[in-house]
Amino acid sequence: MEPIRKHEGLVFPLNRSNVDTDQIIPKQFLKRIERQGFGQFLFYNWRFDDNDQPRNDFSMNKEQYQGATVLVAGENFGCGSSREHAPWALQDYGFLVIIAPSFADIFYNNCSKNGILPIKLEEDEVQQLMAKAENPGYRLTADLEEQKVYDSEGFEASFDITPYMREMLLNGWDEISVTLTLDEKIADFEASRS
Amino acid sequence: MARARTIVDKIWADHVVHTEKDKPDLLYIDLHLVHEVTSPQAFEGLRMKNRRVRRPERTFATMDHNVPTIARHFISDPVSKKQMETLYDNCQEFGINLADINHPDQGIVHVIGPELGLTQPGKTIVCGDSHTSTHGAFGALAFGIGTSEVEHVLATQSIWQARPKTMNVKVNGRLAPSVTAKDLILAIIGKFGVRFGTGHILEYTGEAIRDLSMEERMTICNMSIEAGARAGLISPDETTIDYIRGRRHAPEGEAFEEAADYWRSLATDPGAEYDAVVEIDADEVEPQVTWGINPGMCLPVSGSVPSPQDAETDADREEIERALEYMGLEAGQPISSVPIQHVFIGSCTNSRLSDLERAAKVVEGRHVHEGVRALVVPGSQTVKQQAEEKGLDKIFTAAGFEWREAGCSMCLAMNDDIVPPGERCASTSNRNFEGRQGNGARTHLVAPEMAAAAAVEGHFVDVRSYFSTPAG
Ligand code: SF4
Repeated sequence: MEPIRKHEGLVFPLNRSNVDTDQIIPKQFLKRIERQGFGQFLFYNWRFDDNDQPRNDFSMNKEQYQGATVLVAGENFGCGSSREHAPWALQDYGFLVIIAPSFADIFYNNCSKNGILPIKLEEDEVQQLMAKAENPGYRLTADLEEQKVYDSEGFEASFDITPYMREMLLNGWDEISVTLTLDEKIADFEASRS
Repeated sequence: MARARTIVDKIWADHVVHTEKDKPDLLYIDLHLVHEVTSPQAFEGLRMKNRRVRRPERTFATMDHNVPTIARHFISDPVSKKQMETLYDNCQEFGINLADINHPDQGIVHVIGPELGLTQPGKTIVCGDSHTSTHGAFGALAFGIGTSEVEHVLATQSIWQARPKTMNVKVNGRLAPSVTAKDLILAIIGKFGVRFGTGHILEYTGEAIRDLSMEERMTICNMSIEAGARAGLISPDETTIDYIRGRRHAPEGEAFEEAADYWRSLATDPGAEYDAVVEIDADEVEPQVTWGINPGMCLPVSGSVPSPQDAETDADREEIERALEYMGLEAGQPISSVPIQHVFIGSCTNSRLSDLERAAKVVEGRHVHEGVRALVVPGSQTVKQQAEEKGLDKIFTAAGFEWREAGCSMCLAMNDDIVPPGERCASTSNRNFEGRQGNGARTHLVAPEMAAAAAVEGHFVDVRSYFSTPAG
């Protein structure tokens, strides 16, 4: 997985709470056996109409948000199904940083295993960002080393992340390799129980 | 005297392989359940790095999400077919037990684990599926994981987990007759919201929970994830032990008695402390119907659809507005007045034998309402067979229901069982998210007997009116 230290990018505001993984990537697209190529299906039912044409009423389709890499959303983002296709789709589309007041546990974990930085900010901070991102060209920087989010207009907020997840994202670890260094301990544990 | 501990404290302590400062614990996994949708990329990852499955015998796979529930061997969608074949090939290559589409044990992963006796108290159980919480009904620590973690567990039989907090969900009193476990869990999520469990493992306690059968307990634990919880569980007792005795993968003879003693010892000690507690009175719970687009948007069947004006915050108001629009409902409309076109009795929440028996009791001698399409999809081939031995299939088909083969089916509509856009379904599944049962489909979650009654009437009714014996 690619490390992520600091990222600056265009912000897309999705002002909805409880966005579930069925919305992020609808089930008809879960049948592929690859990890790549899910970006085209991101938010599919919101983005496209019954004839697969982009919908005008979904703001991600607006010109001003093309190329967005930072997603700002409402509470409980990523709830529902455990499908890792959700972070795969977000990442494949281009989102590398997701900011919300809260995330569903499994989704939050899944992000960190794919090099997406999930950031929890206070509700009012998220609302400020939502309002700012209405303006075309609004960009944000997320700095994982400093655990800070800021823009060029003076907004600044810090965020918490566990040291383990921080290290994993900063280094782009392959978690399995890390665990396999403990192979003997796992074997000892198995032996002790049988 | 030793400190009073919760069941979570005990199971956790028994599974920590490694701890280190500033790191989650490395937990050993006793049972890894696998299905076709969330595993292909994990096996591919192993192959790319030349890794093996550490403990194939602790891994068990089935096909459930994509499988046709009719014309079993004709899979119309080539991509679904490919996904099932991929699981078959992966299980062959890595030496994993598989109940494939031709196997008599095939069924929804969360139905067959308990049925085969694989699910046992005190085990750590994971699956690339959020409803893994179902297995918590046995006093197991069971939770859903993503595909990267599936790969990790395949390779290492362990997982890095930060220890979640614990919450006691205390259910006081007893459920009224004909009010079910499904109504109770919907009422809990309705009362406390779809986020109240975030970061926690819920332990359901109280008299009403002790009264429940294992199948009902599974319905409760199944929906823990809809409260945002990491997992949900119930301390084991004699009901748990009796259920497991004699099942295929359960210990036998003396080993069973030894295991049972260990299982009893896992129950939360009196006086153990939780990080949080919520309480609900079971006696006040009525049959529930969801009206909106998440499981917390639910009502007693006697209630009316809420109005955006009742919302306390702007965000809530917008959410209600959006839900009403998607669901095609008017604020203030009695939920019982809403006509439905589909009924789905199935899913890992409510597709076990007792669910089908209770639904059959409602439809026996009656007929599905004109214009309603009604499906019964047993949770496993075993459930199907047992139901047929009891003649339930005849009752359902005589009433105009379709009787299907086992699978997830219309719970998530990955196969051909789909609710068309704008149409409404009374469903015994666990998620009423937008598009869950088909693009534009409108889902109302209910208990099996409520779904059965809705099939007969063509709209929601209080199923208690179907049972003539007066309560009490
Ligand atoms: S029945 Fe539904 S919720 Fe259960 S495992 Fe299948 S798709 Fe998931």
